[in-house]
Amino acid sequence: MRKLVVIGNGMAGVACVEQLLKYGGEVAITIFGDETHVNYNRIMLSSVLAGDKPEEAIVLNDLDWYRKHNIDLKLGRRVVEIDRELRLVRADDGTVVGYDQLIIATGSVAFVPPMGGTDQENVYAFRTLDDTRALLRRARPGARAVVIGGGLLGLEAARGLQVQGCDVTVVHLLETLMNIQLDVTGGEYLRRKIEQLGVKVLTSRKTAALTGDGRVRGVRFDDGEEVPADFVVLACGIRPNTALARSAGLQVNRGIVVDDFLRTSDEHIYAVGECAEHRGIVYGLVAPLLEQGKVLAAALAAEDYSRPYQGSLTAAKLKIMGVDVFSAGDVNGNDPSNEVVRYEDAGQGVYKKLVLKEKRLAGVLLVGDASQEHRFMDWLRTQADLAPVRDSLMFPPPTPDRGSQVAAMADSEIVCGCMGVTKGAIIGAIHEKGLSTLAQLKDCTRASTGCGSCTHLCESLLQAVAPGFAREIPEGMCSCLPYPQEKVREFIRGQQLRSVQEVLDIYGNGVGCEICKPALSYMVDVVWCGEHDEDRSARFINDRVHANIQKDGTFSVIPRMRGGVTSVAELRRIADVAEKYRIPMIKVTGSQRIDLLGVKKQDLPAIWAELDMPSGMAYTKGVRMVKTCVGTEFCRFGTQDSTAAGIELEHRLEQLHSPHKVKMGVVGCPRNCAEATVKDIGLVGQEGGWQVVVGGAAGKTVRKADLLITVTETEQALQAAQIFFQYYRENANYLERTYDFVERLGIEKIRKETVYAPEAVRSGLLERLRKSRAHASDPWLEGRQPARPTQFVQIEPVEVVQ
Amino acid sequence: MSWYKVTHISNIPLREGRKVRLPNRRELALFNLGTHFLAIDQQCPHLGGPLSDGIVVGDTVVCPLHAWKICLSTGSVRKPASNSCVRSYPTRIENETVFIEFTEEIPEQVAS
Ligand code: SRM
Ligand SMILES: Cc1cc2nc3c(=O)[nH]c(=O)nc-3n(C[C@H](O)[C@H](O)[C@H](O)COP(=O)(O)OP(=O)(O)OC[C@H]3O[C@@H](n4cnc5c(N)ncnc54)[C@H](O)[C@@H]3O)c2cc1C
Ligand code: SF4
Ligand code: FES
Repeated sequence: MRKLVVIGNGMAGVACVEQLLKYGGEVAITIFGDETHVNYNRIMLSSVLAGDKPEEAIVLNDLDWYRKHNIDLKLGRRVVEIDRELRLVRADDGTVVGYDQLIIATGSVAFVPPMGGTDQENVYAFRTLDDTRALLRRARPGARAVVIGGGLLGLEAARGLQVQGCDVTVVHLLETLMNIQLDVTGGEYLRRKIEQLGVKVLTSRKTAALTGDGRVRGVRFDDGEEVPADFVVLACGIRPNTALARSAGLQVNRGIVVDDFLRTSDEHIYAVGECAEHRGIVYGLVAPLLEQGKVLAAALAAEDYSRPYQGSLTAAKLKIMGVDVFSAGDVNGNDPSNEVVRYEDAGQGVYKKLVLKEKRLAGVLLVGDASQEHRFMDWLRTQADLAPVRDSLMFPPPTPDRGSQVAAMADSEIVCGCMGVTKGAIIGAIHEKGLSTLAQLKDCTRASTGCGSCTHLCESLLQAVAPGFAREIPEGMCSCLPYPQEKVREFIRGQQLRSVQEVLDIYGNGVGCEICKPALSYMVDVVWCGEHDEDRSARFINDRVHANIQKDGTFSVIPRMRGGVTSVAELRRIADVAEKYRIPMIKVTGSQRIDLLGVKKQDLPAIWAELDMPSGMAYTKGVRMVKTCVGTEFCRFGTQDSTAAGIELEHRLEQLHSPHKVKMGVVGCPRNCAEATVKDIGLVGQEGGWQVVVGGAAGKTVRKADLLITVTETEQALQAAQIFFQYYRENANYLERTYDFVERLGIEKIRKETVYAPEAVRSGLLERLRKSRAHASDPWLEGRQPARPTQFVQIEPVEVVQ
Repeated sequence: MSWYKVTHISNIPLREGRKVRLPNRRELALFNLGTHFLAIDQQCPHLGGPLSDGIVVGDTVVCPLHAWKICLSTGSVRKPASNSCVRSYPTRIENETVFIEFTEEIPEQVAS
């Protein structure tokens, strides 16, 4: 078997191995790492230092991963020799391993400037997890920390220590902070921001020595001035870690010289990451080394030399909350042929600069507001001709963007129409109660707890007003069960859980809430195709009594009227019932059906029986209706029998629950009289066939449906609709309408996994749909045989005892 | 002070509530928490929603209309922050039957 040895268990080496494993094939892999940790995300050390993330959260590959891929991991061992003749490496503990191919991924070492006193106690680097731990042990409120170096690393270290309560001073050799990425003005803006955070900044200071007696006491500059220090962090830059390669006789300039396939001067040895030098450039960021790893893996595993590594476009970003700094490309623009566009607002602390070369973007620098970073990076990457957008370079032409919408609103304007909460009330609550998350805002003001259409607006307000705003990324459904929904579905399937309570007992807090219980009820239903243990106490009242609760506690009754088609007999029964039970309002709904409103719970079973029509299920997250137009039956333009197709579609899908309600429409021609193109599923007839469209909406959101497939036969159209419906049932998050689902996944992916999927996948979806459908029944039959004791009755005490 | 003999325990399924109408037309909501039964006023302090129709969450019920969360043992509002509350009523079980104690509120004396 081919033997591959990797020196360096860091981000580049392991990323390359990950790529390599994707190709499969026989290879025995050994990785040496002189740190004692599994591969972690070095970038995130700044967050660990600032207390934003625990150590465990930055692990990239855990031990199981190495085990699973049979990787011989040698941790805490440093390779001290490469014998190119015998093709073996020797580690400091005497371990010897032979190789057919060797990857050097030794990264960088922190640069220690040549001056006195750096070997004392209390002098730290900021490169590894061990460094970070040491700093966290040392940092305490009031401790005086001096960080030498005002680059990305130094500033992030300074911020981290300051968050830990230290009294921090940053010392920088040059006049400009982050001088590699910024120009003089940008450096000034940044300096002001850093000082506002409470960090002291000393620029144009050359450190001559660290004073002390074995323990650091202070930092002395070349002009003799001295600042006291309880500890010192050296962040003076990094140097490619090339000693090993050099002593093995490989060609080394600044880094280990590699060609476009990451080969060193020895054909059996490769180098990736910060230790490598490609076309004269040594990279110090993660993105390039991932690209390198891909090229190398292709070359090693598949001898694929078709895509050489051609260098990377890099961008630097400071990861300090509230201090936006972004820089990419050539930002100095000293060449007189360059055109420089600048924007400055000292009051806001915003500085932006674009460097153009022959109408294309050559560099971008943003301080204080990096919100447009993606737009600029895109221009840089694609080298787009900017002439057409020349007059809106810095700021995009006005779009109805949420941020400005917020600014333009008066304080008295209503943000949440459902709860009647004004902009002024929200801002007041944010200030008074110190709110910073959407959840807190919801709890405190009830804004955004209704239909949710103002969520974005509320977030924009928080963003604009709350100092500590951070958009919550919904991890789980709620705090009772902190897992993403796809994980929960996995648990249900894997552990064979059939009831809501079981899921909550094993994976949750055992109690649940009004948000997760209905969601779990749906999930156990769909995973087991209806063969679950139905727990009505976990359902919303609508699903316990199969009617929609109204504002006064009464209910509404909407019978199913497939395709919107009814008959004299049905209309007569509806009229009789309405009269007999004194229904306060009879209304034609927006969905082509008839609604009886204001019904008392006790009357529901009798009304259903006398109507003798199935439930329209207008109260639940499930299949609602199929609206149809008259089609070829009567319409002079009809090209398809849309009424019959709609009724058939409703027959096939009715009585089923879904992540959110599903409304459908079938129309006989593109005039679209039943609005099929703004329905969750629509069938649009045309001469000789049908278009099946999905993800449409005309509710809170208005969205035109995407084309799923075009077919010639009605049966094919119905099947496509069924396949999509079941796919949505199985994959959408609870309460995710198809318009969000289709947008989240993208119609291409959905096509690939539904109508264009292999026959086995399609028939699997149809089979599970068939099974669920076979288990479902008309909920209104429970009126005759209640599923639960006293389901529809109120209880009257039998006697007074005392 | 009177105790009312209400109903057999099996008539109120686990973690569900039912509306109980007393002879004086007063409406209460009675809940089965598995180990014990709790009773509070039927009408939500917000806008009168039917509390017996809410989802039971631990020792609280969530009103079906706008999701106010009411504590079943004290009748106080847990969410959102609010000073309003409903009354709660003592219950006991005898021979598998639930009893609720209901006392008419005595109107406070108006100082003259
Ligand atoms: C009765 C009806 C209005 C009417 O008198 O016409 C109605 C009534 C309600 N709609 Fe609707 N919607 C009704 C047709 C519609 C339509 C029109 C349609 O279906 O073609 C829409 C827009 C289409 C759509 O949904 O994409 C519509 C969009 C909504 C929405 C917004 C959904 C969205 O995600 O955009 C909600 C809120 C929700 O579901 O979260 C909603 C929610 C509601 C609820 C259920 C609110 C609630 O939870 O209590 C209303 C019940 C009122 C009540 O007290 O009974 N209703 N609702 C219609 C019943 C149709 C039926 O026969 O089943
Ligand atoms: C605090 C901090 C913040 C950063 N922030 C960003 C950022 O925001 N964005 C960004 O793109 N980049 C950032 N970087 C840089 C990024 O982490 C590096 O570019 C990346 O980790 C380099 O990967 P590498 O594999 O080349 O080197 P490393 O990840 O350093 O891995 C090399 C490994 O090899 C080991 N090793 C060396 N010699 C030997 C030997 N002889 N035997 C055995 N093992 C050996 C080393 O101990 C190390 O574990 C940051 C770095 C730090 C320290
Ligand atoms: S019926 Fe629909 S549009 Fe009308 S108030 Fe109710 S939710 Fe709003
Ligand atoms: S009536 Fe109960 S929450 Fe509104």
